Amino acid sequence: MTDETAPPVTTVDAAPQARTMLYLNGVSVSFDGFRALNNLSIIVHPAEMLAIIGPNGAGKTTMMDIITGKTRADAGEVLFDDTIDLRKLDEAKIANLGIGRKFQKPTVFESQTVWDNLLLALKKPRGVFPTLFYGADNDDVTRIDDILRIIRLSARKGELAAGLSHGQKQWLEIGMLLAQDPKLLLVDEPVAGMTDAETVETAKLLKDIATTRSVVVVEHDMSFVRELGCRVTCLAEGTVLAEGTLDQVSANPVVIERYLGR
Amino acid sequence: MITRFLLRALDRKAIWLIVVLVAVSILVPVANLVVPAGNPLHLDAVWVPLLGKYLTWAMLALALDLVWGYCGILSLGHGAFFALGGYAMGMYLMRQIGARGVYANPILPDFMVFLNWKALPWYWYGFDMFWFAAIMVVVAPGVLAFLFGWFAFRSRVTGVYLSIITQAMTYALLLAFFRNDMGFGGNNGLTDFKDILGFNVQAEATRAALFAITALFLAAAVLVCSGIVNSKLGNVMIAIRDAESRARFLGYRVDNVKLFAFVVSAIIAGIAGALYVPQVGIINPNEFSPANSIEVVIWTAVGGRGTIIGPIIGAILVNAGKSYFTAALPDYWLYALGALFMLTTIFLPHGIVGLVLGRGRKRRAPNNPSGQPEPLPERSADAEAGEDMGVLSPRAAE
Repeated sequence: MTDETAPPVTTVDAAPQARTMLYLNGVSVSFDGFRALNNLSIIVHPAEMLAIIGPNGAGKTTMMDIITGKTRADAGEVLFDDTIDLRKLDEAKIANLGIGRKFQKPTVFESQTVWDNLLLALKKPRGVFPTLFYGADNDDVTRIDDILRIIRLSARKGELAAGLSHGQKQWLEIGMLLAQDPKLLLVDEPVAGMTDAETVETAKLLKDIATTRSVVVVEHDMSFVRELGCRVTCLAEGTVLAEGTLDQVSANPVVIERYLGR
Repeated sequence: MITRFLLRALDRKAIWLIVVLVAVSILVPVANLVVPAGNPLHLDAVWVPLLGKYLTWAMLALALDLVWGYCGILSLGHGAFFALGGYAMGMYLMRQIGARGVYANPILPDFMVFLNWKALPWYWYGFDMFWFAAIMVVVAPGVLAFLFGWFAFRSRVTGVYLSIITQAMTYALLLAFFRNDMGFGGNNGLTDFKDILGFNVQAEATRAALFAITALFLAAAVLVCSGIVNSKLGNVMIAIRDAESRARFLGYRVDNVKLFAFVVSAIIAGIAGALYVPQVGIINPNEFSPANSIEVVIWTAVGGRGTIIGPIIGAILVNAGKSYFTAALPDYWLYALGALFMLTTIFLPHGIVGLVLGRGRKRRAPNNPSGQPEPLPERSADAEAGEDMGVLSPRAAE
């Protein structure tokens, strides 16, 4: 965990020396003349959690779109696991490399059961014919049962996802991320619409996940970010405003002026 | 692998349906051929090809449901695959006529002699052999669906746009097959069939056999579709229908899944067309008309999309209604059909099957326990899918 040994402010313009899970360097993208990302550089190390904060329109979701292949960068480098260039791959390939994404609004498959949602996400061959002839073996069943326990939906595994509460859908989606067994998780506003108790539990769960995988969390909820106790990057207008611990970032006068003070 | 597929296919509903279809395949010919006329259980010979026709349409509706009800691809051109299968069978039947045609040409079908053609076009070669025609029944619709789907799904054409180009596809084929120099009989199509595999197509016994074969093929189509939708691939198809880009972010190649479903569906539709032609005795370009394909959508919606039995029930009931109405009140059939479709989408979003099973209630989210307004279902992730089809969207009525 990063909370005891808060790393110093990372100088993002330096070349990546240590192994990086995600390396964004000088990424820019424009939509109809609007610069959504402007020379954005971010590094995420293996088994590290990074929280990204920033005002609406700062480019947080666009950044996730670039990483997951939904949007193409106009310029800059996007590297995964040190060497893999993500800019040329499509969504499915990127997902299969080991990048999982949770959307801002919980997007689970509502007309399918909780169990089937997890089964769909489970890391298995994704081709048409392997899927057609797939049968869940004991390992798969155990794995899904484990995830159901972690996300506390064991009792509701046979129910349609549409019947879950908002918070439970968020958890189911986190469970689907776990089932994908990714190396890097991109989590967009995981606690939106959750109760305080659920928020605390989610923070615990994500911290637990981050002991073995890299996690990038985009969040507005400052108390949640504090709960995470990880490195924080503040974005504004498509570029990095400040980096460091939450205290360092929230003490930064530019951050106060452009984001927190608003 | 195959046994697992079959075991999964045979859930309780599918077993019942298959048992019923097999029983029908025996009982209808028996009631027609064995039970003597005058007995109340006797089925008059005019009913056999009519019922057989309904079953081929049921098969077509089932094929459409596989892509529309389960994978969210609203094809408004499925009649094209049906017609292609029908033409492949029709070409075989034409060549069986041989020298018995009006012009008594042993090789050329009558319309070619009439057009003063000297030789058989190359694409008519082989159709004198049943096995070749049978392969083409599968290959022609399958290849068209593969090529069409390859380009459409790879370029991520979805929703209304996809529906429109499927209409354009069937309309283009309609115009092409109308032309005499295409070599498919122009607007008269292919007709005057004599034999199929050496049996007289008009004979009652042949018709009863064709009926039985149709019912068995429909049972096989039920088995295949049930196997697909009960597999994990079926889950993926439903996932694509409900939230396409989410499925993509899970690592599924959405285009490949859609292509698979589309090709399987087109092949089933083609086989249905091939079974249709010998029973009605004609195939002409009207089978490609866009209105036909839209009717298939109505049958499926009325019966209940996203179920295996729904489209079968819908196709049979709507067409039975059509047979009755067009005889009793010929001027009002189209109004009745339009009204039926509107009433179904408004009051029976899950069709007749949904009404019977109460699925409409079950599919809806129960009370939201967190007490806050439910966010719109997965639209955000799917904004680019553009699958809003108004009343035609599987979710619109929920």
